Amino acid sequence: MRVLVNGASREIRAADLTGALEELGYGGAVVATALNGEFVAAVERPAARLADGDRIEVLAPMQGG
Amino acid sequence: MRCYESELRSRLLLGTARYPSPSILTEAVKASGAQVVTVSLRRESGGERAGQGFWSIIRNLGARVLPNTAGCHSAKEAVTTAQMGREVFGTSWVKLEVIGEDETLQPDVFGLVEAARILCREGFEVFPFTTEDLIVAERLLEAGCRVLMPWGSPIGCGRGLNNLFGLKALRARFPEVPMVIDAGIGVPSHAAQALELGFDAVLINTAVSQARDPVAMAGAFAQAVAAGRAAYEAGPMEPRDLAVPSTPVTGKAFLG
Repeated sequence: MRVLVNGASREIRAADLTGALEELGYGGAVVATALNGEFVAAVERPAARLADGDRIEVLAPMQGG
Repeated sequence: MRCYESELRSRLLLGTARYPSPSILTEAVKASGAQVVTVSLRRESGGERAGQGFWSIIRNLGARVLPNTAGCHSAKEAVTTAQMGREVFGTSWVKLEVIGEDETLQPDVFGLVEAARILCREGFEVFPFTTEDLIVAERLLEAGCRVLMPWGSPIGCGRGLNNLFGLKALRARFPEVPMVIDAGIGVPSHAAQALELGFDAVLINTAVSQARDPVAMAGAFAQAVAAGRAAYEAGPMEPRDLAVPSTPVTGKAFLG
């Protein structure tokens, strides 16, 4: 299916958020996720089913003031 | 200084953005003596994973992190960012920013109060980036905030305390609330002034990270904050409009 990952269109095979993160190269990374604008906690990712056109945000620690 | 349930020795909080290199950031944090550093969340690339290296640097500092919601323009966006930050950074502290206008980065105080209400209900310990407005401060405290972060002047401008009258009124109106002057501090004398006025701490980023020598400037800010606080505790004299001779007049010889 085609989803938007951090604003970029990506083709993925995974059906849930955990699988998508693995497939997209985030395995083992410290990240937080949101699906269609709503926060999805790490423990909820396996149950977060993906659909064509979904917007996924994957955020990580960054410098800030 | 007490922030929520934590006792902080240092009254200088430091931002982690815009340093020339990670090693200079590390040295600047050490030189500042800061126990709290602010951090943020940004999009991570699965290929580069730049955030992972940064997070490792921050963890090695041994400082407490204060995640921000910088760049959020609505209460909803700020709440979601705070929720993501709580999970990644493992803290319920959040420096809540809801920006209302891009030229001055002035807080949208309406969105700020709305987001603060939601986050306090969800158990966050909120440090709201606000203006010196008394009524907004009152609403933030009603929402459950127990620390306020009024701006000195717009973020990154280095102009110091822009509205002294307003800031003094805010300090006087809520004498028991811990207040951290956040944003606009340009040089150590601005920080000293904030502490002299009775503000509990300052949060500095650009003034240190963009200095020619950030490590030396971090040290200079640490001294200014210590001096400002010591002066506040010593009780500064009241300013007067007319001169008062410091040398006693009584007993002066008549030599005219």
